[in-house]
Amino acid sequence: MRRKTQNFKSEILFIGIGNEYRTDDRVGLIVAQKLRETRIPNTETAELMRNGTSLIDRWKDARTVFLFDAVFSGVEPGTVHRFDAITQAIPINFFRYSTHTFSIAEMIELARTLNQLPPRLIVYGIEGKSFKMGTKLSSEVNRAVGKVVESVLAEFH
Amino acid sequence: MLTNFAKRVKFMNPDSRTRTIKVDYLARVEGEGGMVVKIKNNTVKDVKLKIFEPPRFFEALLRGRSFEEAPDITARICGICPIAYQMSAVHAMEDACGISVGGQLRALRRLIYCGEWMESHGLHVYMLHAPDFLGYDSAIHMARDYPEIVQRGLQLKKVGNELITLLGGREVHPINVRIGGFYKLPTKQELNLISERLKWAREAAIETVRWTATLPFPEFEQDYEFVAMRHPEEYPFNDGRLVSNKGLDIPINEYDNHFVEEHVPYSTALHSVLKERSSYYVGPLARYNINFVKLSPLTQEVTRDVGLEPDCRNPFKSIIVRSVEILYACDEALRIIDEYEMPDTPAVEMEPRAATGYGCSEAPRGMLYHRYRINRNGEILDAKIVPPTSQNQKIIEKDLIQFVTAHLELPLDELTWQCEQVIRNYDPCISCSTHFLRLEINKE
Repeated sequence: MRRKTQNFKSEILFIGIGNEYRTDDRVGLIVAQKLRETRIPNTETAELMRNGTSLIDRWKDARTVFLFDAVFSGVEPGTVHRFDAITQAIPINFFRYSTHTFSIAEMIELARTLNQLPPRLIVYGIEGKSFKMGTKLSSEVNRAVGKVVESVLAEFH
Repeated sequence: MLTNFAKRVKFMNPDSRTRTIKVDYLARVEGEGGMVVKIKNNTVKDVKLKIFEPPRFFEALLRGRSFEEAPDITARICGICPIAYQMSAVHAMEDACGISVGGQLRALRRLIYCGEWMESHGLHVYMLHAPDFLGYDSAIHMARDYPEIVQRGLQLKKVGNELITLLGGREVHPINVRIGGFYKLPTKQELNLISERLKWAREAAIETVRWTATLPFPEFEQDYEFVAMRHPEEYPFNDGRLVSNKGLDIPINEYDNHFVEEHVPYSTALHSVLKERSSYYVGPLARYNINFVKLSPLTQEVTRDVGLEPDCRNPFKSIIVRSVEILYACDEALRIIDEYEMPDTPAVEMEPRAATGYGCSEAPRGMLYHRYRINRNGEILDAKIVPPTSQNQKIIEKDLIQFVTAHLELPLDELTWQCEQVIRNYDPCISCSTHFLRLEINKE
């Protein structure tokens, strides 16, 4: 595994991705905010408006990265998907709601090719219901926020 | 290598005389649209660049807003080139107010524009365009065989983003640009910190020019009318006259006398044409042809070293020209930083007056024109915005006609692939209004 002996700036990095003005698309940002509020030691939080090529650079100094984003795969809104990106490829069309060019799945695969994945990368996708203009989450997705936070916290115990 | 391409292409009725190739979406462009090429009896009958994204009505929503809001509202038109929109907007509003911004504030505007060219061109050269020449379906596939090259592209783009973040406040839709200058100025120390990164980027850009010049290029050129800004002393970013290689030479405020936007039924984006002569070409290749002698000595030297002629007319070679412009942007950024002295005030204050203002700047993809009419309270009464991709639509169609005509012998899958490349030569930012491009060739 890459950089096993490397000193990392942060042990755990939470990255929320989304557009805060596109209803359920902001769920990744909200999960990251909630996790920041838990004040878990040795963690850092980042909120990104877009997932472009800077994503690889953002996670390079962390040992464990949790990434949160809305997805639209056609299942029940509020469904929580979890992927271990180190051991499995992310379905390429899964995180397809990107404004420009590269989806999260593509960036993860590019990083894998370039040997730039962090030692541990867990991706949470929350199935969205609405991506229209607005700042209010749908009730289904709002309920999923708590589930994701609990699930992440459980990974530490 | 072409696995994903094959998935996007559907062959129908392969044994009959009528064949249709349909590509569900064209990858590696910014935006949504479609393309249909019709071939009958070995003749190209029709080419249409179809942009089907609903119009976004930015010009209408600007009406009634304050003149000071134009840079931030129009920056939202594009996530890749927001600086271009901000620059054209501030110049137009300053023109309306009768104020000219000079000195270090003007230099900082060039500096932030350098950042935008670096990040936008860096993305296109390495991630969107290079895979075409090397036969890969995407940069991800290319990275398997060329990891160091893709890494270099990512890092170059990142330095551009860092420059935009430093001057613009953030890399996405920067918020520090205002009419008259900036809200907050960078210190000399902050700029010096980024110069080390820029020096690395300049070396990487030289390598980029050398590398792109080695790519295989098809023989292809047309008698284009290139249109770009021209300034007596500078390679153009946000100042100069509008000039073409076929005699156009006008101040920005005469734009509407010479250019007109036409509606075509198959596109929600207007087609811009020169009234006198129809289609024209904007973008890096146009800038380069009109302004080669204004490139920095280093940039000219490297360009000559790799054998790129100053009057290049092959749009496939735009990948070299974009690389040349990345190099120029690095070199120019370092020059500006070296000469920087922090001004006393971040912006020139100005009062609105009832007037029409004209602004033009060179977005990464070409000339971007703004015109606003405001009243004495600074309320916007009327706005007109002409982005580069709208101007290049007709020339893209003409390229496709000529390219397909010259390559009818190619198998349809290969022809389709190369048609996509013809489109990507222009780095179309259809996402200024769209998100996908559907390509279809009908051959009878």
